[in-house]
Amino acid sequence: MNGFGKPLKIALGLIVIAGLIIVPMNFNRYGLFILSQWAVMTIAAMGLNLTLGYAGQVSLAQGAFVGIGAYAAAIMTTHGWPLPAAIVVAVLLSFGVGWVLGYPALRVQHHYLAFVTLAFSTLAFLVFRNESWLTGGIYGISNIPRPHIFGIATNKPLPFYYVCLGSLAIVSLAVWWLIRSPWGRAFMALRENPLRAQSLGIDTRRYTLMAFAIGSALGGVAGALYAPLTQYIDPVPFNLSLSLDLLMMVIVGGAGFYFGPFLGAMIAVLLPEWLRFTEGYYLMLYAIAVMLLLIWSPTGILGILDRYLADRRTKAASALRAVAKSRLETVQ
Amino acid sequence: MSNLFDLLVAGLATGAIYALVAVGFTLLWQTSQTINFAQGEFVMLPAFLMLAAMHAGAPFWLAIILGILLSMLLLGLAFKMLLVDPMMRHGVLPLAIATMALAIGIKESVKQFFSAEASPFPSIVPTGDISILGHAVSLQSIGVLVVAILAVFGLTSLLNRTSLGHQMQAAAQNPTVARIIGVPVERMILLTFLINAFLVALASLLITPIYLAKFSSGEVLGQAAFIAAIVGGFNQVRGAIAGGLLIGVLDNLAASYVSTQYRAAVPLIFLIVVILFRPQGLLGRAEERTA
Repeated sequence: MNGFGKPLKIALGLIVIAGLIIVPMNFNRYGLFILSQWAVMTIAAMGLNLTLGYAGQVSLAQGAFVGIGAYAAAIMTTHGWPLPAAIVVAVLLSFGVGWVLGYPALRVQHHYLAFVTLAFSTLAFLVFRNESWLTGGIYGISNIPRPHIFGIATNKPLPFYYVCLGSLAIVSLAVWWLIRSPWGRAFMALRENPLRAQSLGIDTRRYTLMAFAIGSALGGVAGALYAPLTQYIDPVPFNLSLSLDLLMMVIVGGAGFYFGPFLGAMIAVLLPEWLRFTEGYYLMLYAIAVMLLLIWSPTGILGILDRYLADRRTKAASALRAVAKSRLETVQ
Repeated sequence: MSNLFDLLVAGLATGAIYALVAVGFTLLWQTSQTINFAQGEFVMLPAFLMLAAMHAGAPFWLAIILGILLSMLLLGLAFKMLLVDPMMRHGVLPLAIATMALAIGIKESVKQFFSAEASPFPSIVPTGDISILGHAVSLQSIGVLVVAILAVFGLTSLLNRTSLGHQMQAAAQNPTVARIIGVPVERMILLTFLINAFLVALASLLITPIYLAKFSSGEVLGQAAFIAAIVGGFNQVRGAIAGGLLIGVLDNLAASYVSTQYRAAVPLIFLIVVILFRPQGLLGRAEERTA
């Protein structure tokens, strides 16, 4: 993404952020709900992007962590705890469970790991559905309160949208910092060549577990925001298809690209809404769009951009070389 | 004990269907590294094709033939040419994701163009019970078991006893060497896709009378076949057969001895244990061709 000038990039970023703050002000209830959902799913997808895109560990269980976070938040806030406390618990809980789920990754990789995490995802769903003393079973938990932030009630859709957007901003900054820290480098080393990473003194064991735990913790954050967003949760949204959807978001956006999850979540959450005028056909069109995109560019949308920019850079570089060469020749 | 016997027979019957689906699943993996997340939907679709043919006025036998041919065309040929071929060289994950999207697409198409409700489906085996060793056993279970065993037997003889089968195995195990010794690898891969389509159509014909035709019925089935394939051994046809039977029996026993709520958990926990302690599957080979 180095094709743009730095000031241009910053300006573009500021415009997008300002747009996200100002434009929704006159959105209706439903529009704000969808946009909040986009922010929440982006957080979950960013977590999966850390696990999958940066550290190269396939996980089909991110939806389960969104569920764990959502239930933690729902149970605590309906018992009178404030949401920030619930978020902390949701993060700790999903971090812990994610850490444990990382252990299979030390033994098996690739598709086998995908199957283990897939099984975990379905098991978590069964627990949400069957342990009704805790989760309300199929009846779910209703009347989940929305928080007061700095004394401001966020019951209305717009303030709560800002809560989601603010959380997204905080998570984005944290992830930005993380992937540029030595940890992020270690994750990428793990993805590119685990053996070599180990020979360079990286504790691959610890970083594999960390990749799972941190990615899962972000899933927990997303869940803890999802519960007050919908104000009612039951097990259905947290079944295997959420995990698959999140995986699709990461791949479609571009796994291993920082902005991949933003785009992927946009396509998964907003595209079906835009296609809603086609009525019953919208999910079909969405599925076809995803398949066509993947056939065209298996590395996702940002993969296309990346290739284009890489092309331009090589062309620019070879042009420079040609100029330099001809200069040398004229000197001689 | 009579209860246990009934459970075993019912379990073997569903297990035999899982085995058919799981065998197709492993065949695709072996020849083209396709993890087909739409395999469950592949089983759901042919029943609707057959129903559509019957709505158009075809008699049941003709509808079955049309359904099988159409699924071989759509789920075999078109699936391979349009989705797998362009994506195969990009590795396992993008293709797996594309099949997830395909699963959504098939499900939604059936819901939109056919019906969101469950439709009854005629059985190829007459309903009723016969008595075996003093136990009443449903004819349907027996019929399913017999057809599935015949299909599996036919397939294994094709793979192990004919030159064509040997060529297919060669193409799966080592495409480069197979190509050198003159095996038309591309055609063999296409053949496995057609066989998979045939197997899922057959499974569809066998299982739909029991569970009704519904657009969402692929989810449970796909997962069961998936587990069966992995538990048995991802790279072995006979592993997938054993896995299918095992999961079918386990599922039925779990439903009555563990709890109906957690019956689905038993095969999953079994799956996790198998992957962690014997990742190659119960009957699988340890070495793997792909990295």
